[in-house]
Amino acid sequence: MAETHSLQDMRQQAAIAAKVFIQRDYTNGTVCQFQTKFPSELETRIDKQQFEETVRTLNNLYAEAEKLGGSSYLEGCLACLTAYTIFLCMETHYEKVLKKIAKFIQEQNDKIYAPRGLLLTDPIERGLRVVEVTIFEDRSLGR
Amino acid sequence: MSAVMMTRKVRKWEKLPGKNTFCCDGRVMMARQKGVFYLTLFLIVGTCSLFFAFECPYLAIHLSPAIPVFAILLFFFVMAMLLRTSFSDPGVLPRALPEEATFIEMEIEATNGNVPAGQRPPPRIRNVQINGQIVKLKYCYTCKIFRPPRASHCSICDNCVDRFDHHCPWVGNCVGKRNYRYFYLFTLSLSLLTIYIFTFNIVHVVMRSVNSGFVKTLQDTPGTVLEVLVCFFTLWSVVGLTGFHTYLISLNQTTNEDIKGSWSGKNRVQNPYSHKNIINNCCEVLCGPAYPSVLDRRGLMRDDLPVPTSAAEPATNSNPVPQTTKTTAPLIPNEHTPDDAKPSIADSANAHAEKISPSPREEKLPSLPKSSPTPTKVPPLASPETDAEASFIAKDKAL
Repeated sequence: MAETHSLQDMRQQAAIAAKVFIQRDYTNGTVCQFQTKFPSELETRIDKQQFEETVRTLNNLYAEAEKLGGSSYLEGCLACLTAYTIFLCMETHYEKVLKKIAKFIQEQNDKIYAPRGLLLTDPIERGLRVVEVTIFEDRSLGR
Repeated sequence: MSAVMMTRKVRKWEKLPGKNTFCCDGRVMMARQKGVFYLTLFLIVGTCSLFFAFECPYLAIHLSPAIPVFAILLFFFVMAMLLRTSFSDPGVLPRALPEEATFIEMEIEATNGNVPAGQRPPPRIRNVQINGQIVKLKYCYTCKIFRPPRASHCSICDNCVDRFDHHCPWVGNCVGKRNYRYFYLFTLSLSLLTIYIFTFNIVHVVMRSVNSGFVKTLQDTPGTVLEVLVCFFTLWSVVGLTGFHTYLISLNQTTNEDIKGSWSGKNRVQNPYSHKNIINNCCEVLCGPAYPSVLDRRGLMRDDLPVPTSAAEPATNSNPVPQTTKTTAPLIPNEHTPDDAKPSIADSANAHAEKISPSPREEKLPSLPKSSPTPTKVPPLASPETDAEASFIAKDKAL
């Protein structure tokens, strides 16, 4: 009984090796941006350029969501005139971009990260605080 | 050994830490103490009812029917803003999951180095540079995160709130990034409503007194006295509050920062978030993007409840984690396959922690009006993309 328990544990512990958390970059204020610094834990798994490209695209998408400009002001004023009841039927610009981001992360996971034994978690699931990168054990190493 | 894990689906709001109350199955989020909020509702609804009952009939006939119409519109706007402020998520930051908390702890230890035994460890602070200004990010021991700039922990609600302004008992909720503009519009429209009612009360009394005499007027419309009293005392506080928040908005500051004197100018400290332009500051705060809630209140998650079995039942355990995992890997409570990883790490950690009291918070919802505008995170009935797709497919089929 003890052996089967420990075998199960090993199989599950073999699944996730580590998690890396990409922190927020606050140099431009409170806009949602993530640090593009390449974490050392991922050095053996993925190309630095590739990773930085992913984070940079993510940052651009968030910048687009939070952009202060004509369209966001128009949306704000229109919503105010309707006492914000318009948001019951309409999706906000931010929500639209969040859907785009979710699709982007799914795509990146499928094409680039999953084949390398990595998994990106959508930052919205972590309160827009971190980008969680799950590193799975490399089974090819024959562990 | 005799305990069987029973899995059931619950909404995430039922497992959220913090001292909030949730209503309408997670759509409404408020603080625990709601007494003062009910008083606010009573005062506004009560005063307006008296106004519509006593003043409006007279004024509509003798002055203009537009007067009660405008009052009704203003009243609905005030109520909409109040309910929106009270019921929405102010911008609560979810607490760190165990792995994230451990990762941060390791980083802190690496930065601080070895502390000799008996000495206090240095305070956990991270310095970041924002627009050329050094800002200190404090570590929150409750939420186990480094608070983002402008976030603060509300002790009443026991949550870290982004762009924390203050906890307002009158609206029964914190005022933060997501509901600040509704709060401001509430105070502004309430000021207008109070001034409006006060003015027309005076006009009404004057007009009636000319015909009937002052004492008889007060006898005919006793509600007027009450309204004037309420409006008089409300005016000073609400108009003052609106003025104060207008000042804060023009400088892009929060009440919290103002009270602490964060950007008071000592030691050449300037507000790094201000655009240095009143119009830009106002536009950002009032007409900026509508931030989404990062608390997924209505998402479903698995709740693992240990059910002690009297008879020897086969394990109805759909949860692949055996209970001994707890002892072998204390930092990472359970390791699921990637598909399950997302929702269940927190909930099984909670379930292990709550083993003693496994019953989830029951849905004893206070009766609140359901006509409130719901906060964001409710999926729209017809999102533009799916509509476009559906029409495209329909056209395809037609061809």
